[in-house]
Amino acid sequence: MASLRDIKNSINSTKKMSQITKAMEMTSAAKWNRGVMNAKAFVPYMEKIQEVTVAVAMGSKGINHPMLQSRPVKKTGYIVMTSDRGLAGAFNSNVIRRVFQTIEKRHKSKDEYAIIAIGRVARDFFVKRGINVDLEIVGVSDQPSFESVKDITSSTVGMFSDGTFDELYLYYTHYKSAITQEVMEKKLLPLTDISTSSTLTSYEFEPSAEEILDVLLPQYAESLIYGALLDSKASEHAARMTAMRNATDNAKEMIKNYSLIYNRARQAAITQEIAEIVGGAAALE
Amino acid sequence: MKTIKVSVVTPNGPVYESDVEMVITKAQSGELGILPGHIPMVAPLAVGVVRLKEPGRKEEELVAVSGGFLEVRPDKVTILAQAAEKAEDIDVERALRAKERAEQRMKEQKVEDIDFRRAELALQRAINRLTVTGKQ
Repeated sequence: MASLRDIKNSINSTKKMSQITKAMEMTSAAKWNRGVMNAKAFVPYMEKIQEVTVAVAMGSKGINHPMLQSRPVKKTGYIVMTSDRGLAGAFNSNVIRRVFQTIEKRHKSKDEYAIIAIGRVARDFFVKRGINVDLEIVGVSDQPSFESVKDITSSTVGMFSDGTFDELYLYYTHYKSAITQEVMEKKLLPLTDISTSSTLTSYEFEPSAEEILDVLLPQYAESLIYGALLDSKASEHAARMTAMRNATDNAKEMIKNYSLIYNRARQAAITQEIAEIVGGAAALE
Repeated sequence: MKTIKVSVVTPNGPVYESDVEMVITKAQSGELGILPGHIPMVAPLAVGVVRLKEPGRKEEELVAVSGGFLEVRPDKVTILAQAAEKAEDIDVERALRAKERAEQRMKEQKVEDIDFRRAELALQRAINRLTVTGKQ
């Protein structure tokens, strides 16, 4: 049996650990709140740009914009969004597993695809396995503003336009609620599956539909990436918050168990001491 | 006088929402004035100032927008901008600094460089912001 001091040490260190996890839970909770707010603030913009894009793309038949047409696929790009740090439960591994399985199923040769990694965890994973990572972005802030990720989004969309990739898929974690997040797969480009839910308005175009598509489509694709990033950030903090809450709960449970063992050992020591004193006194009589 | 609903939305959230008598914007093909009952239209916007005539107010409300779209419907105008600020929300100090930085960069770069074009755009945005606040 461990000595009294050993148990005491374990209790103390577990207590310290629970303090840290508790603090991390609180910071994640604050970040999560803001993340969800950011994602919500983005919704009106996304809805509107989607509506306009659909209206313009559907309303102008006979226009062949490269971003709207599927071409023979020589190389596929996978955009993978993870966090920079771990300690977020299964958040990162879920996304990565999904991408990895898809790649194994779809491709035979390594030249057929490449990864665009957003977040350190994704980059490290794919680099370690010798998979081509064409573009890597680490250190995205917790509350990314649209301007701060403009470089990322436009270079990604640019890789489709210049023919580096013939199709682009987006993998990220969709935030459903504080306890459920879901890995999503979205075909980003070409925009072949634009669907209509609302009634179409037929617009006049100023100057022309082609020129508007030239500006609108890249912006739409960039907005999709930005929206996914916000979604992913909200999920990350929710996942980390849950993970840290579990860790704190577990630490409390451990402290309880240790305290029980500690008290038992202390009682045993006292009993033994009394027995020794009684024994000593009896020997003197 | 009849009014038309206007909303300016950016990726970081809605910036302006109100009923106005007239919207004046700068599209890439030139200035556009929109009154209530306009036919549906889509046009890309240039970096510039959106002027909004609110009913019962003499001076116009100014919003600086950089890059985006104008969507017009008979009863509603939506401006989708990558960035937009109302005059009172603009950080004048920051805009001034951005202006100086852009000018500095344009002096160092060659005209055909991509960075020159980038600096030029940054300068446009900075000047646009300053115009809206009336500090230029």
